[in-house]
Amino acid sequence: MKIDSISRGIVLDHIQAGRSMDIYRYLHLDELECSVAIIRNVKSEAMGRKDIIKIDEAIDLDLNVLGYLDPGITVNIIENGKIAEKKHLELPKELVNVVRCKNPRCITSVEGSLDHIFRLKDAARRVYRCIYCDAERSKG
Amino acid sequence: MRHLIDITDFTVEEINRILDLGDSMIADPAAYRTCLSGRILATLFFEPSTRTRLSFESAMLSLGGSVLGFSSADSSSASKGESLTDTIRTVSCYADIIAMRHPKEGAPMAGSMKSLVPIINAGDGGHNHPTQTLTDLMTIRREKKRLDHMVVGLCGDLKFGRTVHSLIGAMSRYEGISFVLISPPELKVPAYITKELADKGIPFREVETMEEVMPELDVLYMTRVQRERFFNEADYIRLKDTYILDPDKLRTAKADLSIMHPLPRVNEISTKVDDDPRAVYFKQVRNGRFVRMALIKTLLEDMA
Repeated sequence: MKIDSISRGIVLDHIQAGRSMDIYRYLHLDELECSVAIIRNVKSEAMGRKDIIKIDEAIDLDLNVLGYLDPGITVNIIENGKIAEKKHLELPKELVNVVRCKNPRCITSVEGSLDHIFRLKDAARRVYRCIYCDAERSKG
Repeated sequence: MRHLIDITDFTVEEINRILDLGDSMIADPAAYRTCLSGRILATLFFEPSTRTRLSFESAMLSLGGSVLGFSSADSSSASKGESLTDTIRTVSCYADIIAMRHPKEGAPMAGSMKSLVPIINAGDGGHNHPTQTLTDLMTIRREKKRLDHMVVGLCGDLKFGRTVHSLIGAMSRYEGISFVLISPPELKVPAYITKELADKGIPFREVETMEEVMPELDVLYMTRVQRERFFNEADYIRLKDTYILDPDKLRTAKADLSIMHPLPRVNEISTKVDDDPRAVYFKQVRNGRFVRMALIKTLLEDMA
């Protein structure tokens, strides 16, 4: 894979510098068989420095997870070597099994079959609340 | 199908209708004696609570219905390792409505996602206790003839006190309410609650002694410092006697103050206060039975 050109796949642009490995892990990109390039500390006029991830395949990306991790990321869908679609992310209203409730008193701590569900409570502060126990998680 | 997991699941209008029905049942209990004949309430108490369980059972029996259930996790299949959701799925085939108490926060919410019948949260850890809140609202309304424009003081364990959290959420929806939160620093209400009050512009103050605010209170809601909510015994012993209401502290209180307590009390209200006409905590117990009757009937018939 040439890092500067993929014919069909996905480019995650405008990742905050230093966060690309977190994105890589949350999206389980290590499980892909295709080539994945992580480019760190790229010069950016808007951001100073940024990270970029290039995925050499049109995978089904969980945009909710990505929006939660960093709503500033731009998702470029590449077809025939060109950007076919540019997706801008937003904070998802609901997160299902993206993060786990850390409250030891929450029912999810003992009932393994339950989905861990958080709903957006305060978009400005990026605060989510567990639907079961109301414990808050903020993504700063 | 409706459940009652959090008091805010109901609108103010729905709560008012339940309180109206409760008032009617107090006025003429005989008129409702057979209205739920043939219906079954399951009381699933994964954590013991004789008082709340008996209140639910008394409520159902007073409406002509029947009850079944268990009073501790030891006597349920949970002790064999069955999941909560499997227990709920099973019991919802045996009963028409379920009242459940569980030590884990959010357990009734998890149950309601799998249940075939309405679930009533009868207390989930330190989180919520909405039928106590209905009881409290009914008591305040019967005593004050209103639920708006008053100063509500809450005293004691405001951190783990689920009745406090639910009551603040419920009273916040009425106009002209302000809260005085009286607790030691270790037992202050969780930050998410004060944040919500601040966001909604509802006045509240956090103080450490009840004497400094007594003259302004219309309602004083006392709570017990519960041993089971502490991780260590030393913290419990240090704090349990901090806030005790006695006749001396009441000298500066309003003549029409309503002194409330979800019960059971340990020693946070002196027994010398019991005969004070402002003490309404035993009336709360009675109101609790009737408002649970109203709730059960409402969930089974009106919201089915």
